[in-house]
Amino acid sequence: MSSFHDLLMTWPAERRRAVVESISTDQVQRALHKDSLSPTDFLALLSPCAAEHLEAIAQRAHALTLQYFGHAVNLFTPLYISDVCTTQCRYCGFNARNQQKRTHLSPEAAAAEAKLLHDQGHRHLLLLTGDAPKLSSPAYLGEVVERIKPLFASVGIEVYALTEEEYAMLVAKGVDSMTMFQETYDPALYAWLHPVGPKHDYRFRLDAPQRAAKAGMRSVGVGALLGLTPFEQDTFATGLHAWWLERNYPGVDIGLSIPRICPHEGSFEVQHAVDDRHFVQYVMALRCFLPRCSITCSTRESAVMRDHLIPLGVTRVSAGVSTAVGGRATQEASPTGQFEITDHRSLPEMIAAIRAIGYQAVIKDWEDPTASSAATACA
Amino acid sequence: MHLVINGQDQDITCTTLAELVSALKLDAQRLVAEVNGTIVARENFGQTVLKDNDRLELVHFVGGG
Amino acid sequence: MEDALILGAITLKSRLFVGTGKYAADSLIPEVIAASGAQVVTVALRRVGMQQEGVMDHIPDTVRLLPNTSGARTAEEAVRLARLAKAAGCGDWVKIEVIADTRHLLPDGYETCKATEILAKEGFTVLPYVNPDLYVARSLISAGAACVMPLAAPIGTNRGLQTREMIGILLEELDVPVIVDAGLGRPSQACEAMEMGAAACLVNTAIASADDPVAMAKAFKLAVEAGRAAYLAGPGRVQDTTLAEASSPLTGFLQ
Repeated sequence: MSSFHDLLMTWPAERRRAVVESISTDQVQRALHKDSLSPTDFLALLSPCAAEHLEAIAQRAHALTLQYFGHAVNLFTPLYISDVCTTQCRYCGFNARNQQKRTHLSPEAAAAEAKLLHDQGHRHLLLLTGDAPKLSSPAYLGEVVERIKPLFASVGIEVYALTEEEYAMLVAKGVDSMTMFQETYDPALYAWLHPVGPKHDYRFRLDAPQRAAKAGMRSVGVGALLGLTPFEQDTFATGLHAWWLERNYPGVDIGLSIPRICPHEGSFEVQHAVDDRHFVQYVMALRCFLPRCSITCSTRESAVMRDHLIPLGVTRVSAGVSTAVGGRATQEASPTGQFEITDHRSLPEMIAAIRAIGYQAVIKDWEDPTASSAATACA
Repeated sequence: MHLVINGQDQDITCTTLAELVSALKLDAQRLVAEVNGTIVARENFGQTVLKDNDRLELVHFVGGG
Repeated sequence: MEDALILGAITLKSRLFVGTGKYAADSLIPEVIAASGAQVVTVALRRVGMQQEGVMDHIPDTVRLLPNTSGARTAEEAVRLARLAKAAGCGDWVKIEVIADTRHLLPDGYETCKATEILAKEGFTVLPYVNPDLYVARSLISAGAACVMPLAAPIGTNRGLQTREMIGILLEELDVPVIVDAGLGRPSQACEAMEMGAAACLVNTAIASADDPVAMAKAFKLAVEAGRAAYLAGPGRVQDTTLAEASSPLTGFLQ
């Protein structure tokens, strides 16, 4: 299939619901004993029936995580460089209608902030902006990346959807990973949640990971914002998206992010809140379905939850996080962040916590040797 | 006329490919022919005039896996 | 719903393809084809007047002919053989087989890809015979192959599903039919390949070299049907003692 959309169309919401409701214990057990799971097996692990077998799923998820990742956990830290946003996502703290002070760091200021993170010991950096393609343009992103790339082994982006050419330009400047949150895979709900701005275009966003893969991005991540649809809907679509990307772009590392919606500046009523048990079930089902994909857990989750998810499938966590723009190296700063952080641990604290549960924190994983000369000069 | 058929020199009296096939007692319906490296469609066997030193390949299906 | 194999816009009910080489007498072939239920039958192309008689008199015209390019050592030769086969007027299916190693008779993936690309562009339905190599298989698919035909064991050896793990990976990763070709020596091995999810099996030597080829053709037919039925039925799980209830639960923190 030439696009993920074609595959997704074969799994309408009613089909997902019907399969999930029909799942028996035997089907759950069978899915847990297969070498490779089909999309239907994945759905079986997301079913209410599977919820009664969490420990059995946990054993499998744990074994697979060890098999493919060993006792290693990757660390990264986010750097928000602009919270100027033209969209009005109904659930988001950066929503353009929220009357708050906005900050857009100059490339110089962004580099100064990044330098501080580098000095704290971080080597994997994730750049984030609001949706403001004119102000936080691809050229602006490129300029920031050029300045900070020598300081980091990995620079990722979590920004609005770009074209294939724009992704290729950023890859050439040293970006090696991108994450695209589809938020929801339900097109009607998506349209309602994102009423204005370029983000309103569902298909353009849906195809962004594929464009990034085509553009030569080394790692491509997907994720939905949990809590917007009934449990089985977006969880299944997210796993299916990663599965499709993995099959079609075998040279690209596919990753998953698992954000659960949390309180923010504004008033959005969460319709389908995902409780802890379901959240854990989702992470484990993803691990069983996609044994080789990285799974990233942000500081939206508590320290207790994050520490317990590591043996069950999470392979990437953030440390020393602020979701607000600026304030480290610059006077310029926004007073509030994109979302409320629940895990405030610094980099050394995260390393110690990971060690305490018997794992090793990986500060610097891989570095493109062709892009490393400047990095050694600055180290 | 002198022809090279399937790599072997042969002297045969014939004008067209169709005449050659019947002179060799072959079943045209089961045959594929190449004249000087060009495949000749079966319906054109009659119109294909051969000339001295033409190189022919005559092949057919045999058992295979 | 009928379970059919669709290949190059043709719908097939039988998932056993048979070859016509190596028989003690070609006159056995019609009975073998009938007993196997095969709808796809392979043949080779050779110069007339050599050792071998033509085989077409023994092949019912109800079956689809799948000419192979055996004898080709390069992509160029395979392309030439494919074009000759098409000129015979028996359709545009071709099994690409490029073998330059006469000792092991292993297929050359690189040359096979080159031939596949040329012939697919010319409108052939290309069925390439290859080692079960994921990279080669992906290249073949992007070159336009209608399926991939990985070998189970070296050709003609009757050694069975030696490449099981690799074929399993092809079945997991590819979206085109995977047809197991070469090396299957017993019906149980064809059955296993079908249980794993193979779309079909191609068998020649195992049938031709049996004491009673007609009876063996029937046995392969039943085995392929049984394997396919088992695949569709969804095999139950194999008990795994390593996943017994853990002493320290991983989900205890949720209580």
